[in-house]
Amino acid sequence: MTELKRPEQDARRRGRGRRRKRDGEQSMVPEAEFTSYYGRPIVKPAPWEADIPAYMFFGGLAAGSSMLAAGGDLTERPTLRRVGRVASLLSLTVTLVTLIHDLGRPSRFLNMLRTMKLTSPMSVGTWILSAYGPFAGLAAVSELVDMLPEGNRRGVLRLASALGKPAGMVAAVTAPPVAAYTAVLLADTATPSWHEAYRELPFVFVGSAAAAAGGLGLLAVPPEEAGPARRMAVGGAVLEMAAEQQMERSMGITAEPLHQGTAGRLMRASKALTALGAVGALLSGRSRLAGIVSGAALITGSVCTRFGIFHAGQESAKDPRYTVVPQRERLDRGQPIRYED
Amino acid sequence: MIGKNSLFGPIDPAVESGYSDPPARKGFFTDTSVCIGCKACEVACKEWNAIPDDGFDFLGMSYDNTGALGASTWRHVAFIEQPAGRRDGGSSAPVDLGMPSIRTSDGDTAAEEDGKPDFRWLMSSDVCKHCTHAACLDVCPTGSLFRTEFGTVVVQDDICNGCGYCVPACPYGVIERRKGPEGAKNVGIAQKCTLCYDRLGAGMTPACAQACPTESIQFGDVDELRRRAEERLEKLHADGVQEARLYGHDPNDGVGGAGAFFLLLDEPEVYGLPPDPVVTTRDLPRMFNRATAAAVTLFAGAVLSFLGRRR
Repeated sequence: MTELKRPEQDARRRGRGRRRKRDGEQSMVPEAEFTSYYGRPIVKPAPWEADIPAYMFFGGLAAGSSMLAAGGDLTERPTLRRVGRVASLLSLTVTLVTLIHDLGRPSRFLNMLRTMKLTSPMSVGTWILSAYGPFAGLAAVSELVDMLPEGNRRGVLRLASALGKPAGMVAAVTAPPVAAYTAVLLADTATPSWHEAYRELPFVFVGSAAAAAGGLGLLAVPPEEAGPARRMAVGGAVLEMAAEQQMERSMGITAEPLHQGTAGRLMRASKALTALGAVGALLSGRSRLAGIVSGAALITGSVCTRFGIFHAGQESAKDPRYTVVPQRERLDRGQPIRYED
Repeated sequence: MIGKNSLFGPIDPAVESGYSDPPARKGFFTDTSVCIGCKACEVACKEWNAIPDDGFDFLGMSYDNTGALGASTWRHVAFIEQPAGRRDGGSSAPVDLGMPSIRTSDGDTAAEEDGKPDFRWLMSSDVCKHCTHAACLDVCPTGSLFRTEFGTVVVQDDICNGCGYCVPACPYGVIERRKGPEGAKNVGIAQKCTLCYDRLGAGMTPACAQACPTESIQFGDVDELRRRAEERLEKLHADGVQEARLYGHDPNDGVGGAGAFFLLLDEPEVYGLPPDPVVTTRDLPRMFNRATAAAVTLFAGAVLSFLGRRR
């Protein structure tokens, strides 16, 4: 038997005076009183599962890897080039699988390509991927062809090998939007903790992408070629952590879900791993083992960032507090959002 | 074409979408002050649109076991049993119109000493707002969601691939991807009120408005409905119902005005409505700029990583 509730009682019980458990961390924003309809959510959470944060992670990894590969190609670091190209193809494959798997009607995936809509970050993202993917794929194929014995590279294979360099350059130039657009994908929603993060989230995500790709370079490339990967990893980690701090300050009450429950654990893990990985990367020097450990920490940190932000948004949508309170406060200040000519 | 008010501000949505000579914009004015909570609208909508069931749960929320709008609930009647003390705008005591009072079975008046009932019912039939700036439509990557000639927003179910992006985009939590039941039509596809696009095309009134016995749900041209709403509001205020207010009628609001708007007797959030909703794409140009800056930063960072020491 469900307990019969009255909406206002429910809202007061949730709203007044009580501090929530937030895994040891205290919010700087005091609990606000608010009313809701039986505590039910107003906006709906996205019907997305682990596919989408995984997609965002692998998209970032692919983008960063393509840039490392192109740089490795231009500066004659063959292992860095090879690792970058192969990693970008593998990551790209995972992004496609997760993207399609997440659809309600996967067989209609190609409907994404029946129009080009600038107001839809998902449409724009699909076209960004369509521009980037073939070149990243071709660069990786040429890498694989070059691993074949000399005598077996004939015809189309020979062509693929020759196109590796230009394809890799195009992939590197089209890669940054792949890493950045996923932030707009989340922010362009009514999900409170995603939308309110729109100013800094792109920087968090490109930082996270650079940290992950740099981390992979540290992990898989011997130290004599891994210098650029190390610098990219450290730069990315610093950017991610700084942007994330700024983001939390600018989000007001909607930053709370980043500190609670699963999202809170993931975000704390992300910060610890990213910081550890960055310090390790700086200090690892010529130690292969230190490079591997730091690289793995950075990659895992990036995974935690994507899943943490994803979960925080979903939780913010499920609690009417994050929809009602900021809007009610605007109204009570006499500053509702209105069009002014 | 992208115009000045394409993402925010007052526009005629059908003209904005490219119709050269569209019919008058159609919508609903839901006057909750005369809603009796009969749910005829819910039933009529289900029947006309052949919507599958979405579970028979006891929610423990007054007389509302529907819960919320969703893929298989396109009209939802909210029930709030509100104690007298909670009454908003209570500074204005209601005028005694000499109406018969509520009596319990043993003949006692169910009222406090002053002769007024000690609670009031708030009942409201919620529906898709058919926003002037509809976030669901803006973010749809396939073009499945489209603007009709009547200025309403409709899903083309043979095009939707179930990406689900419209679901978190809606500031009211209206549209949803249909989860089941297994074998029902359009499972995996985003669904919501069409303002009975098929009936409109035949010059008919949407099923919910047609079925409403108290004219709480009024259908018509949005301009005319807005006038009617203002008149009704003035009348209620003159009668002492100071807590009456309009919701979603203002073309300058966060969604450019809703095609389906309401007269409420308390704050919107009491009914499960967002108090100051804003279309998320209002901020899209700024999001695009920030993401571009981030992408440039990433590229520059990658280039810098290859400069300097050779190791």
